Amino acid sequence: MKAPIDYLLHLADNALVLGQRNAEWCGHGPILEEDLALANNSLDLIGQARLLYQHAAELINSNASLAQRFAHLQGARQDGRVTEDTLAYFRDTAEFRNHTLMELPHHGPLVGYAVSERDYAVTIARNFLVSALMVLMWDSLRASKDEQLAAIAAKSLKEVRYHLQHAGDWLVRFGDGTEESHRRAQNAIDLLLPYCEAFWHPGPAESAAAQDGTGVDILSLREHWNALVNETLAEATLTRHDQPHPGYIAQGHTGIHSEHLGFLLAEMQSLARAHPTAVW
Amino acid sequence: MNAPALKEWPLWEVFVRSKQGLEHKHCGSLHASDARHALQMARDVYTRRQEGVSIWVVPSTAITASEPDSKDSFFDPAADKIYRHPTFYEIPDKVGHM
Repeated sequence: MKAPIDYLLHLADNALVLGQRNAEWCGHGPILEEDLALANNSLDLIGQARLLYQHAAELINSNASLAQRFAHLQGARQDGRVTEDTLAYFRDTAEFRNHTLMELPHHGPLVGYAVSERDYAVTIARNFLVSALMVLMWDSLRASKDEQLAAIAAKSLKEVRYHLQHAGDWLVRFGDGTEESHRRAQNAIDLLLPYCEAFWHPGPAESAAAQDGTGVDILSLREHWNALVNETLAEATLTRHDQPHPGYIAQGHTGIHSEHLGFLLAEMQSLARAHPTAVW
Repeated sequence: MNAPALKEWPLWEVFVRSKQGLEHKHCGSLHASDARHALQMARDVYTRRQEGVSIWVVPSTAITASEPDSKDSFFDPAADKIYRHPTFYEIPDKVGHM
């Protein structure tokens, strides 16, 4: 049994887009050890994305109506067949199914083309909030009826457990640190938590996957996620201000993105698009 | 939030065990704010290429080292005492590798 294609793309895009974001720190980390830690984190996420895209590509290639739906993607095909690179490098913004949270820049709210210094507190807060979810997701997905997805989940769970420990540790150090680190951590949490509300509003593909047993009923993880988040925030002396939720619920996972994703994809995809037959 | 922020992180020595049954070997050092932090950084810096199955971190200040200046008195006297090497024994074949 195979998970719905849009569910696989949702999981893959989440991993790829956050991996690409975090990779921005490569060579710019606050200290050498963190530079390496973030590069490791990115490579884990991009590795997960690759496995998921490969799985998705097989599914597309073996199904006539899916092949038709993705026929407009001509880049990086092999013998006419869709590859992982076709999906990563040749889809446009509206075809990405990642949560909006993943694509936000490493600083406070600014328009998409604005440049600001990256704030490590934003990086850490996002990695923490996402890893807390993915630890629960991958744990449940090990029982997916899609065997390949279950295998990917088992591998990814180990990686994301470390991501959670790493980000959780830093969040506590920031929150329970100096006045400045506390303020920046609190601002980051206040900025990002409202985007997490989207986790609990699954799109059609997530609901279909939960129904047929290839995916997770995401709402069943909500209480556990809240407990994980609240526990660490309390230790970090940080406060939640997202309840009740203030309003707009981000819809990246249904293809409606913030202005930031286009800039991220432009940078990530430009090389593959400029040199479609390049090999590296 | 009462303790002042550390301006300089203390230095830690990192020891990695490459395989079960082998000893931990010194592989380098790093700066970190406390032991847990040091362990996490050691994981990211020194075991990225599957170098290890276990890590120790030790505050560098906890290590008492011999003085380079006392090298002569510490080590040279051993130079002419070759009888301390176990090379004067006949080892029976049956014993195999020792």
